[in-house]
Amino acid sequence: MKIAVPVKFVPDLVEEFTIDSSGAALDTSWLRLIINEFDDHAVEQAVLLKERSGGQVTVLMAEADGADDFLFTAAAKSADQLIKLTGDFHNCNNHALARAFANLLKDLKPDLVLTGVQAHNDLDGAVGPLMAEYLSLPYVGYVAGITVYGDKVIARKEYSGGLVAEVEVKLPAVLGIQAAEQPPRYVAYSKIRQVMGTANIEESPIAGLDLSAGTAVSRMFQPESTERATMIDGSVDEVADKLVAIFKEYGTL
Amino acid sequence: MEITLSPLESSLSKTFLTSIYQVNDGGNIRTCLQCGTCSGICPFGYIMQYPPGKMVGALRTDIFDQVIKTDSVWMCVSCYACTEFCPSDIPITAGLMTRAKEEMVLAGNIPTELQSALENTQRYGNPLGESPRKRADWAMGLQPEVNILGKTRQPVDVLWFVGDYASYHPRMVSATKALAKILDALGIKFGILGPEENSDGDSQRLAGERGLFEMMTQKNGQVFKKYQFTEIITTDPHAFNALKNEYPSLGISYPVKHYTQFLAGRIEQLKPLLKKTIQTKIAYHDPCYLGRANGIFDEPRDLLKAIPGVELVEMSHQRTNSLCCGGGGGGMWLDGFQWEKAHTRLSEWRVREAVAANADILAVACPYEPPRFEDAVKTIQTASHLKVRELAELLAEAMDL
Repeated sequence: MKIAVPVKFVPDLVEEFTIDSSGAALDTSWLRLIINEFDDHAVEQAVLLKERSGGQVTVLMAEADGADDFLFTAAAKSADQLIKLTGDFHNCNNHALARAFANLLKDLKPDLVLTGVQAHNDLDGAVGPLMAEYLSLPYVGYVAGITVYGDKVIARKEYSGGLVAEVEVKLPAVLGIQAAEQPPRYVAYSKIRQVMGTANIEESPIAGLDLSAGTAVSRMFQPESTERATMIDGSVDEVADKLVAIFKEYGTL
Repeated sequence: MEITLSPLESSLSKTFLTSIYQVNDGGNIRTCLQCGTCSGICPFGYIMQYPPGKMVGALRTDIFDQVIKTDSVWMCVSCYACTEFCPSDIPITAGLMTRAKEEMVLAGNIPTELQSALENTQRYGNPLGESPRKRADWAMGLQPEVNILGKTRQPVDVLWFVGDYASYHPRMVSATKALAKILDALGIKFGILGPEENSDGDSQRLAGERGLFEMMTQKNGQVFKKYQFTEIITTDPHAFNALKNEYPSLGISYPVKHYTQFLAGRIEQLKPLLKKTIQTKIAYHDPCYLGRANGIFDEPRDLLKAIPGVELVEMSHQRTNSLCCGGGGGGMWLDGFQWEKAHTRLSEWRVREAVAANADILAVACPYEPPRFEDAVKTIQTASHLKVRELAELLAEAMDL
């Protein structure tokens, strides 16, 4: 079975964000990028399926600082093929990214596409369903467990309230991964270094980005303080006394 | 348990043993008496399925593949107690246990908590997962300003390798500031690397991630080359151990001292500055990588004795027989795992000893320890009066800084 895993990087929350002079985007000069956590789970799930029933895993991502390291790490986890989309991804939105992935996937013809169900910087929908639409394939999201039966899979889809549904999907299909069946594994750095010497990252230039149907950010800003909040000053005891007085005033005590 | 003996074929036991022979004095493993001293002295030996002595037995009977299927080697805190007391001088910590953990990491048999510390180290250069840009944030507002070499590019006498926990851990920052003030008061021309400093990598190495350690070593080595300094001092005994004993074999060699050594060398200059009396009984905890691993026992005690009013008391485990705080060899990142196995913490055991020694203060000289021991104090009822102080904090207090 051929499994393709398109993944993306997102801004790393370990750094504090600043907004650039346009007022509508993050200042990228200090921005660090990190793998979208759900995509990391998608890679793990693909590797688990390969270990369980064989197959070939292809990981795809757009070029970015650290993309090679991520792809080599995936190879060290036993991904077979690494593809890096090259070109100008400045201002890329999820519609454009999904189209770029879909173009490549049309040639790759995977049986199963696994990708993270969401990312914290999704502004115009998640990549998974968009890709499925452009590929005219079925999509199931919030998946946390997959069993393969010939040309079908049973996807365990999570619902709120702890409910799980088992959904049978005919392949080829796109699944949005909520969580792999086990946490993404650790690969010893020596293994990654070994892979760096042997694995090959295929570069696939994109013709251009089709940003249509995405959102346009008109303004980006830090949460603004409003008049509603009252800051209570003083020592711990004074603050506690004032709080008690306020609670009494509002009848909650 | 199925035991298969296959003396003629190459096996994991044999390749593993061969790799031990390559460690300094590694050949001594052939002379293991199976006396069990290592397993007995090991603070967690009673919990391990394969404590060191039994592991040697497993290697000899060619069943090492069964050892790496168990996970109790992650109870090893690399404290060097086994190595210290081994009558055959086998490098148990540096060879046997560390190599066993390396096999575990390669096999992917690694607790999740440890995994995130290693991933953080790889990504951010520190196991805490903090932004490298914030590595010198502890120094903000200090006067005189701390010299960050990347900014000032001034030659200094002393390069202070601050280290991960001393730079980032909220409890340790006060001790780090105290040391900066002490160095200033002594007129030392020093600088730090700030955002350019990476983890020393020693505890990651001892947790089985040799490759990551080498990556950190290379990064730090490249930064050291950029600046002019005469010697390095460290806050962290683990960094001291790495720079002194491990970096040179990777081509990075500088004179290095732990800060307690450095200050003890200036004790005559320091003494007149220690004006304030601290009337108290202090028990000093020997950090494994300062004491047992590197033989520095007296310098920290000399510094404490120089503080007017201090009475030094000793705990039952001391010097070469000191008891680990539980943070070494990856233990700092295995708190939940080790708790599940042991339902006790070494730090709690140690705090009970400080109480038994009638100490008012437990003094420490390793940045892993203040948070570990303070947490332990909270859980030991009889220890409510016990204060945990970093040695630099005590000196700075006595100097009225």
